[in-house]
Amino acid sequence: MDYFVELFFSGLTRGSIYALIALGYTMVYGIIGLINFAHGEIYMIGAFTSFIVATVLSIYGFPLLAIVVLAGFAAIIWSSAYGYTVEKLAYKPLRHAPRLSPLISAIGMSIFLQNYILLAQTSDFLAFPELIPDLDFMEPYAHVVGTTDLVILATTAISMLALTLLIKFTRIGKAMRATSQDRTMAMLVGINVDRVISMTFIIGSALAAIGGMLIASHIGQINFMIGFIAGIKAFTAAVLGGIGSIPGAVLGGFVLGLTESFATGYVSSDYEDVFAFGLLVLILLFKPSGLLGKADIQKV
Amino acid sequence: MKKGIQHSILAASMSLLLSTPGLMAADTIKLGVAGPHSGDLASYGIPTIKAAELVVQQVNARGGINGKQVELLIEDDVCKPEVATNTATKLVSDGVHAVLGHICSGATKAALPIYNNSGIVVISPSATNPGLTQSGDYPNFFRTIASDDAQARKEVDFVIDVLGLSKIAVIHDKGDYGKGLAEFAKSFLESSPKAEVVLYEGVTPGAVDYSAVVQKIRRSGAEAVIFGGYHPEASKIITQMRKKRMKIPFISDDGVKDDTFIKVAGKNAEGVYASGPQDNSKNPLSAEAIQSHKTVYGSDPGAFFENAYSAALAILNAIDNAGSTDYEAIRKALHEKKTNTPLGNINFDAKGDAVGVGFGMYQVKNGVFVEVK
Repeated sequence: MDYFVELFFSGLTRGSIYALIALGYTMVYGIIGLINFAHGEIYMIGAFTSFIVATVLSIYGFPLLAIVVLAGFAAIIWSSAYGYTVEKLAYKPLRHAPRLSPLISAIGMSIFLQNYILLAQTSDFLAFPELIPDLDFMEPYAHVVGTTDLVILATTAISMLALTLLIKFTRIGKAMRATSQDRTMAMLVGINVDRVISMTFIIGSALAAIGGMLIASHIGQINFMIGFIAGIKAFTAAVLGGIGSIPGAVLGGFVLGLTESFATGYVSSDYEDVFAFGLLVLILLFKPSGLLGKADIQKV
Repeated sequence: MKKGIQHSILAASMSLLLSTPGLMAADTIKLGVAGPHSGDLASYGIPTIKAAELVVQQVNARGGINGKQVELLIEDDVCKPEVATNTATKLVSDGVHAVLGHICSGATKAALPIYNNSGIVVISPSATNPGLTQSGDYPNFFRTIASDDAQARKEVDFVIDVLGLSKIAVIHDKGDYGKGLAEFAKSFLESSPKAEVVLYEGVTPGAVDYSAVVQKIRRSGAEAVIFGGYHPEASKIITQMRKKRMKIPFISDDGVKDDTFIKVAGKNAEGVYASGPQDNSKNPLSAEAIQSHKTVYGSDPGAFFENAYSAALAILNAIDNAGSTDYEAIRKALHEKKTNTPLGNINFDAKGDAVGVGFGMYQVKNGVFVEVK
């Protein structure tokens, strides 16, 4: 039973990260029907930004809590700026082009950002500072679930709650839902569609940045390539849950994380990816639109 | 006068005729040097030529071996098995007495039967395929580098004999290098009556989290982890093990014995064991060989230089000890008589592997790798 609980938490931790990144994929897809392959790189840039800020601040002797908050905000702002710029540079000029063009542009952007960080920063692995300390009262349970796992779960839950509130109750949220339902109609009723699209990229990037900082602190290292595998997995999660659907992305992330964790625990980690992608194939065979996806255009 | 000139020209051309290789064979010792000297793997082969040149220069300056000068016959095999057979045939027909090379395991394996049939001793500085010596098919083959499985052997012996542990989890990164090592470690553990493999698993490099496999290691009841792979995964796994309060020893390979590992894993790296090539820096001969390379060629030596230098010394010394270029006598000398080389004072075991050339075990102490005695 203990073992099951351990694997369950390990799956939830992975799932949280997948879900945070998957939200960016699914929101962008919901609004403009584009798969933003550069999104994994935004996650990586978030991790790098928080690394740089945290390192600088710790040299000046800031308290840990201040470092976490400031590094987090810096990562969110910087990643959002990248997300916004990528959209303006690489996708907006192609908005009326055939669907394939922005997709290729996205892949190009992903390769560009990876190599940019490689050149501007380093090709080496860097030690990420431990931003989330081990709390004393967690010590008896540390072998089952660590403090970082709980912090990741809590942060993910809060982010998702905030996102839901934003989309349900704010003006921009309503505008986003309207745009995803029918972009032309939204424009006709006076919604600034360009602004809505920019906002979508900013929100998605912010969530990815949070994910990047959390996981980097959890595993203690970063590198310019980390966005690639995380991005692919998160994209899988988004498709699994039904791309375009926000609850779907979250569900997909957790389903994928738990599947991997249990496959490792009860079968073999050699087959981790076999199970994860096997599950994807199975779900798409029986429900082509994903777990919570709808066949019609009810997106975001 | 005119006639005199004619005579001397005649005499000169006669002596030229006499100096063709076939007729001079009795007067030099021919050492073949085979390996990739062009193409994309040339950087593995060229340092061996330089090592051979340095050693031969030294030996010839001392008056040669058994009163004969040593001559190098250098042939390119481009690291390709199909070319290596031609290279070997050419060297054999040129009448070499021994061969330094080949460099790549595949090329070496292809060339060995040809030398074996002609009774020519071959000594490689770099071919690490275990089967070359362990199969027993090539009694003419020797090498001054540890075979691929020697590292796994070192790790397994260390865990069983030095640490005295018996339940071992073997983890690898599914790559050629890591999985290869892990498979050797697994088979050595399984063949030992004192140890058992409680877990054998591959992890996916680059995954966001390894805690599931760490939980699995705990559940398996392992007393130690042997990891085959490189430092990024090793530092992630060790960090998550320590986070989950697992304090069992972690033993890895020379892919992990890297300062980046210590930098990235930080305090979690403390106490981690990693095997790596033995440290020759304290051997004066090694320093001397490297220095002479710098003086003669004006650069630092390349890949396998010390192994090649040692191999050249060992084979020439063996010919010296044998007193002839007789195949059996050279083999006997290589097996029985030690040679002082940059790799240490070495001779060769019954299979042809250099005794004492291999891997050392290192442990992270206060942020540096320290050799474990």
